[in-house]
Amino acid sequence: MNREKKVLIYGYGNPGRKDDGMGIKITEMIEEWKNAHDLDQIDIDSNYQLNVEDAEKVSQYNIVIFVDASQEADLTNFRLAEVEPNNQKVEFTMHAVSPAYIVHLCQELFHKKPEAKLLSIKGYRWDFEEGISDSALLNMERAFIFLQCQLQNMLNIEFSEIKCN
Amino acid sequence: MSKKITIEPVTRVEGHGKVTIKLDDLGRVTESRLHIVEFRGFERFVQGRPYWEAPVLVQRLCGICPVSHHLAAAKALDVIVGAGTGEGLTVTGEKVRRLMHYGQFFQSHVLHFFHLSSPDFLFGIDAAPELRNIIAVAQENKDLAYQGIMMRKYGQEVIAATAGKKVHGTGAIPGGVNKNLTLAERDNLLKGPDPMSADKMVEWSLGALDFFKHYHKNNQQMVDNYASFPSNHLSLVRKDGALDIYHGVLRAVDNEGRRILNDVDYQDYNNYIEEEVRNWTYMKFPYLKEYGREKGWYRVGPLARLNVCDFIPTPLAQKEFEEFKAYTKGKPNGMSLHYHWARLIEVLHSAEVMRDLLNDPDLQGNDLVVKGARQGEGVGVIEAPRGTLFHHYKVDDNDLITMANLIVSTTNNNEPMNRAVNATAKAFMNGKQEITEPMMNAVEVAIRAYDPCLSCATHALGQMPLEVTLMNEQDEIIDQKIKG
Repeated sequence: MNREKKVLIYGYGNPGRKDDGMGIKITEMIEEWKNAHDLDQIDIDSNYQLNVEDAEKVSQYNIVIFVDASQEADLTNFRLAEVEPNNQKVEFTMHAVSPAYIVHLCQELFHKKPEAKLLSIKGYRWDFEEGISDSALLNMERAFIFLQCQLQNMLNIEFSEIKCN
Repeated sequence: MSKKITIEPVTRVEGHGKVTIKLDDLGRVTESRLHIVEFRGFERFVQGRPYWEAPVLVQRLCGICPVSHHLAAAKALDVIVGAGTGEGLTVTGEKVRRLMHYGQFFQSHVLHFFHLSSPDFLFGIDAAPELRNIIAVAQENKDLAYQGIMMRKYGQEVIAATAGKKVHGTGAIPGGVNKNLTLAERDNLLKGPDPMSADKMVEWSLGALDFFKHYHKNNQQMVDNYASFPSNHLSLVRKDGALDIYHGVLRAVDNEGRRILNDVDYQDYNNYIEEEVRNWTYMKFPYLKEYGREKGWYRVGPLARLNVCDFIPTPLAQKEFEEFKAYTKGKPNGMSLHYHWARLIEVLHSAEVMRDLLNDPDLQGNDLVVKGARQGEGVGVIEAPRGTLFHHYKVDDNDLITMANLIVSTTNNNEPMNRAVNATAKAFMNGKQEITEPMMNAVEVAIRAYDPCLSCATHALGQMPLEVTLMNEQDEIIDQKIKG
């Protein structure tokens, strides 16, 4: 097991707006898994949205995986993509910022460049209601298994109960 | 040809808003409006739910000031469980809530000043859009950007220690709190690790004030005249007239400083405040009933609070308050950009209060909850970072919420924000035939001073570009620009 690498799983979204809660829900699932297997090199965090102070948080990790619900039309179920630092692509408001912006700020202020990825999970419903829609739930469960497999590879660990292929 | 310009949405303002500015044939501004697309139906979301869920549920209104909603709801429910109106809690219950609230205040104000407004001060309102963000601030003034981030983080840690967690905190419950502050939590917030200490937060708050005052000194005319207009001002004050953002009585003063609402109990807010509906926006326009729609509107938020209170009960902030008051010779201050000055004085006050509270052993007490005779109705009012926040609930015999009414800070500031947009449009757009990026930002600077926050809950619903629409008097689109 690679105990040198420190990994942060950071889910964000509003659990009171249906599928937007997937980012936080999946971090809860990862936390349960991590605790069951004593994976102390994985840390979990979650919030309604990313904020500028998260730049300091991510500077403490080798690998950061952001998890967010997505309404992208061309997204089938989920996608893991590299996050390239970017100071141009700022979200509509500055209260909430993008993963790319966080990583860029991390580099500028804390001189660290963690390996950053964004796991986007397709959602369908965003109204003021708790609970994740059935279609989104399927996407989230697949994304969860995929994320477990990614973490196994990154940390050089393997659990027989997880079928990665 | 007469024109109407629409700026939609307003960047660096939470939620979705647009600005329309009508020009006459000579290009003069005739009318400006700020339209807010507000979430509808949130009150219905909590109806039918058990009342004790409300302090957690209402945090979903907003990811920026969830603690304000959490505490305003808890205060209303204190009344319902018979724990009184803010003064009936145990010493530990009240002080833990206060620490939570001042932590939220601190981090919210810091975010606004350092990350939303400092680019305007560092680079000017006519700077290129790519400069108007915190990364450009970091390149220009690394200390400022770094301190802003660490101060924000400090406030978040205060919230996490008192509310239990960052998302959907549960610290405040009807009648009190569900945890005290442990010694380990206290020591972590009070002493470190460097630079995360209470003393450092006070020191950096003073530095932020110096930054603003230096800018003000060098740009006095612009800062003082920008969207400046007289108004009434409303806020909570402590019963002895001190600034108090957690609890007090409602007071309003007019533009001469005369009291027009004299320290009334907020349980009776319905007797004093009315909300007007206008057909061109979803957001209501509150006003003082006694003075009517035309004369009864008011400002809320940092500027209003410093105009309304008699003093600030911490020494460093009081010293700054005296300087602030002397600037207008003791009269209420109607300069919109002085919201930033007032906000930074409140940052300093919050840092001082947090430090004092962390040194108070009452925070480690174990008497956390009070209950009394059950009531069917309760009102909770708190000073949220952006201004006075009202929560009002009715509960039936089955403990279910049957009615909820919320007046949020941004709604209270609706009329002054519209006036600020109008004043700025007249200053920057009169006689202009083309809308430039600096002109658009000039309008946004005026709105940003009020720090409106509609809801961050939209964040997963996609990015919203800035749309500028030029229309004639018949509302026909003659030009349209989209950025972002």
